[in-house]
Amino acid sequence: MATGDASDPRIAGIAKSIRVIPDFPKPGILFQDITTLLLHTKAFRDTIDLFVERYQGKGISVVAGVEARGFIFGPPIALAIGAKFVPMRKPNKLPGPVIAEEYSLEYGTDKMEMHEGAVEAGEKVLVIDDLIATGGTLGAAIRLLGRVGAHVVECACVIELPELKGRDRLGDTPLFVLVSSA
Amino acid sequence: MFAHENGLQGDPRLKAISDAIRVIPHFPKHGIMFQDITTLLLNPKAFKDVIDIFVERYRHMDISVVAGVEARGFMFGPSIALAIGAKFVPLRKSGKLPGKVISESYALEYGTDCLEMHVGAIQPVERAIVIDDIVATGGTLSAGIRLLERVQAEVVECACVVGVTGFKGESKLKGKPLFILVEPREV
Repeated sequence: MATGDASDPRIAGIAKSIRVIPDFPKPGILFQDITTLLLHTKAFRDTIDLFVERYQGKGISVVAGVEARGFIFGPPIALAIGAKFVPMRKPNKLPGPVIAEEYSLEYGTDKMEMHEGAVEAGEKVLVIDDLIATGGTLGAAIRLLGRVGAHVVECACVIELPELKGRDRLGDTPLFVLVSSA
Repeated sequence: MFAHENGLQGDPRLKAISDAIRVIPHFPKHGIMFQDITTLLLNPKAFKDVIDIFVERYRHMDISVVAGVEARGFMFGPSIALAIGAKFVPLRKSGKLPGKVISESYALEYGTDCLEMHVGAIQPVERAIVIDDIVATGGTLSAGIRLLERVQAEVVECACVVGVTGFKGESKLKGKPLFILVEPREV
């Protein structure tokens, strides 16, 4: 698992612009809110630049973004590296034929869907979301993409919550994060 | 107004953008010809052209806020915001934004829904655009305009990739200009 180079001065600016909201969505959770990062044009620009610097020129043809905050970071990266953007969505949002993958929540399960035909076998894919917690959603995305024969080269997130050990739900897929929030 | 009526007539990028949009009949229900922009996102050149056209339009209009409607507005808004040096502000369904929000309800065919925005995201007098992939009834965009006006932002324009034909010739939504790249495709 790689973390952004802490000595890169851009990382501190990014970390500072993330707001922590206590007790959301429920008591005891410290929610890492990236919407304040999106209000700081330099920090948002730096976030995208750090990912683009890492992933350009690596033959990645697909950026898969997890609904909904993955839709904020994924497309700018995809555009900069010349890749397709593929949204990974909650059930029944995508029109037309989809494939679905179930994953567990704290209580119960949920499903993630991807369009049939969006990704072809052999394509190299980057999966992106704002944050990795338990790794449930990212794990489902990796499995979905694997089912169509794509190769997920890495998962990328702005923030990791390391105590939740999400990294362990990703199998062999490496994880890259900019900020680790212990 | 449609882009081809506003200085972009004959712009070769518009045809490719329109061709890249897929029509799914009878989604989400019978009778609706759903304009699916996800196929546009699979075409890096067409996707880049969409962003470039919006950026060309807004970069010299002193816009400091791009407000994007969840969820497909999130796919277009941030790239425009980054290119023109504006903030990106997500307008979200109820209960998604943490912290303090203001809320605006709007009518659905049956019932109502709600759009929320963070308190403090926008300062009075900031110039904003609201972006979504498609405008149909204009209900969600109107709720977005109301949210921004409640914090005294100036909504300069609403921007969409596709506009349902009902808006043809009608270039305003709640008194605000509407800029649309392409008309809906037939199957």
